Amino acid sequence: MRRTYADLHLCTNFKDYQKVSRIMGKASKLGYRLIGITFPPNSSNEEIQKIRSICAEAKIDLVSRVDLKPRRSKELIYDLRRLRRKFEIIGVSCESKDVARQAAKDRRVDLLNFSTFDFRRRFFDRAEAELASNSLASLEVDMKFLLTLEGVARIRLLSALRRETAIAREFHVPIIISSGVSEDMLMRKPRELAALASLFGLDEVVAVETVSANPLKIVKRNREKLGPKFVAPGIRVIREGKDC
Amino acid sequence: MGLELDGAVDSKELMNAIWGAILKLYGEYGASLAGISLIECDAAKKLAVLRTSNASINMVRTALASMTKIGDKSAAVHVLTVSGTIKALRKKSKL
Repeated sequence: MRRTYADLHLCTNFKDYQKVSRIMGKASKLGYRLIGITFPPNSSNEEIQKIRSICAEAKIDLVSRVDLKPRRSKELIYDLRRLRRKFEIIGVSCESKDVARQAAKDRRVDLLNFSTFDFRRRFFDRAEAELASNSLASLEVDMKFLLTLEGVARIRLLSALRRETAIAREFHVPIIISSGVSEDMLMRKPRELAALASLFGLDEVVAVETVSANPLKIVKRNREKLGPKFVAPGIRVIREGKDC
Repeated sequence: MGLELDGAVDSKELMNAIWGAILKLYGEYGASLAGISLIECDAAKKLAVLRTSNASINMVRTALASMTKIGDKSAAVHVLTVSGTIKALRKKSKL
């Protein structure tokens, strides 16, 4: 059976339909079947449906995603309550330790993302990984910065990623590799993203899982939860009516 | 390899860019292990054939993926197919 590849983080301007169509065409050509586009929290369902239909033309399955950047944990909890049932994927950009810890233990958070430029604000340590391993959060790595940074900045980023991915693997926290790009010239094939992951110590088999099985698992789980038959984890409606 | 860039591909610039990417990521020692040479570069079709040692294929694949420029033009290089012999490569990729 052919593997399905996914990129959960494309940062295109979703109001520019021509660009979205071009990027989706390219994603399809590169071998992706599932693409996550970041929408603003206040975007309407009609806008998402419009992008979904553009993606369907390119034989791409669209995953709606929102990126939260809360300053305090209370703000995160409020946003999660408001947006969890609207988007299929919720990513949290952890700007403070307080937010990072709350995001790691909250089962409504799918992806944990950390600052690329300020290495003191990368809070993915052993405590964070332990919290994440008990919830459903995964560690997301955006490969865009490996392509755009150079010299000392890239060396420091690789060093941080090597440490974090080793911790994530130790605590069985799933790793997701996404592109994080907004320009089509920076888009890479899934196998190429997996090859780049070797720079921070992921072997080929694990790296390929991070662009296929791991993101698909999150999407499948969330779609099931957002579906009308879901009641609670492990409980779903099988039949409705008088004879039940 | 499939080359994606605005404008024409120059084989010399392409090789400089590939060597540059390998040197940046793996240094001179790594580059010496790669044993790369350009077999063919079709500027019209934007396709190229690169030879490398089997042991360093992952290293070269990573370096190619990290390339964002050829000369001074924005570019991307995609590995289309890998093969042990040029004959089999031509059969696979229908070059």
